[in-house]
Amino acid sequence: MCGARMNDQEQQPRREARVEPVSTARGLGQGRDHHWGEFLVENAIRVLGFSAIGFVVLIFLFLLQEGLPTFFRVELPILFGQRWYPTFDLYGTMPLILGSVLVTIVAIAIALPLGVATAVFVREVAPNWAREILKPMIETLAGIPSVVLGFFGMTIVAPLVRDVLGAPTGLTAFTGALLLAYMSLPTIISVAEDALDAVPKSYRDAGLAMGATRWQTIWRVVVPAARSGIITAIMLGMGRAIGETMAVMMVTGNAARMPVTADSLFRPVRTMTATIAAEMGEVARGSTHYHVLFGVGIILFVLTFMINLAAASVIFQKRRRGGLR
Amino acid sequence: MAKIEVEHLYFYYGSKLVIEDISLEIETYKITALIGPSGCGKSTFLRCLNRMNDTIPGTRHRGRILLDGQDIYDPHLDVVTLRQRVGMVFQRPNPFPQSVYNNVAFGPRVQGLKHGQNLDEVVERSLREVDLWDEVKDNLNQDALSLSLGQQQRLCIARTISIRPDVILMDEPASALDPISTLHLEDLMRELVQDYTIVIVTHNMQQAARVSDDTAFFLTDDGQVGKLVEFGPTGRVFSAPEDTRTENYITGRFG
Repeated sequence: MCGARMNDQEQQPRREARVEPVSTARGLGQGRDHHWGEFLVENAIRVLGFSAIGFVVLIFLFLLQEGLPTFFRVELPILFGQRWYPTFDLYGTMPLILGSVLVTIVAIAIALPLGVATAVFVREVAPNWAREILKPMIETLAGIPSVVLGFFGMTIVAPLVRDVLGAPTGLTAFTGALLLAYMSLPTIISVAEDALDAVPKSYRDAGLAMGATRWQTIWRVVVPAARSGIITAIMLGMGRAIGETMAVMMVTGNAARMPVTADSLFRPVRTMTATIAAEMGEVARGSTHYHVLFGVGIILFVLTFMINLAAASVIFQKRRRGGLR
Repeated sequence: MAKIEVEHLYFYYGSKLVIEDISLEIETYKITALIGPSGCGKSTFLRCLNRMNDTIPGTRHRGRILLDGQDIYDPHLDVVTLRQRVGMVFQRPNPFPQSVYNNVAFGPRVQGLKHGQNLDEVVERSLREVDLWDEVKDNLNQDALSLSLGQQQRLCIARTISIRPDVILMDEPASALDPISTLHLEDLMRELVQDYTIVIVTHNMQQAARVSDDTAFFLTDDGQVGKLVEFGPTGRVFSAPEDTRTENYITGRFG
């Protein structure tokens, strides 16, 4: 206490001394150049910042402008119907939506246990030197171009799936889910690992001091304490998976069938992203098909937006709770 | 009768010696207070008693600590079992960010007690023992972090006694609490000592004088290595200290 007060008294004159030269400089008019430079830089940054927001808004408006007519041109029962045959003016998007949802959910179902387990290993179990190697390696995985993964999936994973499952083709929803799981793993691992890292040591100490084993402490104390961060990790992984196009298009076979039968997971499927990517190049601008593809884009956007919103609300809850403490 | 006997304990962080040649006996059903200035090794000593120092890499010890005559560093002794017998309450209340109920049920569950009647009884009994039951019984599902700090610390004690340890170690348990909660906690300690052996580290000499039966005074002579200067019944240590350094400390001449 006493020491702190003395420090304050010491600092006060210094603070005044620091202020003084600035005010003299202004008074003498020497700061004018600096002033102009400051003005320019500040406004340049402001313009750039706002233009970034502006572009996003413009893209969004464009998406709406091109996509919204879909909902007037195509009757809703047809639009959400089960048959996607654009050549016959049948634009049922249900197979595409369900295709995306199926592939994404299965991908997350695979990636979630793997990702959380890996994060727990990296943060809680691995020795320091292993952690130092593993973390950058996992982050590098996120940088592999998806077309490379798609190529890998086509040449290695798909034949493997075909042979192991005895399916007529290896280009299935499951193959796509495997690749998507692999692609969302780095995101899930890094975010979950950060969440585990943020769990205070005092919780671990409390668990151990209660006579819990290391594993019990991790499983019953640390992981639940990091729950909101882990949920965020899943949401982000999901966002990545549902929006992924190239790898999925290369390995899922792209048959627009309703994935509602029991074996659908091991049959070809077509996702929203793959449909847009594959067909956008062939449609006449302004045609119904053209607008429908944008409409699919809007549906996709709404889905990802909802996922992100869910993730954000979890983060928000965590912050609010943190603020209470 | 001695619950814990410490014989010539030395403790090292890496190659750095932090406590030197400590021998003392902690009596059953008594409160033993460890006092001394900051950095004198009293917390380190406390954390030896349930081997919490094991969680810090690079630490080692020499000497023996006997709990009911059994060496706690015996390689055949499971550290998990030891910690179930020697519980610990920390400086800052550290309830898990879970419900009040789950906090208290943690220990029994870890030991394999399943959900149900028994668990409810254990939770109620533990919360009653720390005088928290009446304040939380209407909402056992509330987040433990929404309690006041004083309540949180009592919850941590309830969590510790839920598994009926023999010994409760308390590392400055009142340092984050306001005066009222502190007094409440001290009363509670006097009640708990009927059933448990308590070792408390405290900066607060009045607190040591108020609650403890025995007092151990720790000091570093060179700011590095902690030593035990004086140990005895609290009344004697405070009224007629044998060592002049103890006298200087408790009369407030330093520290």
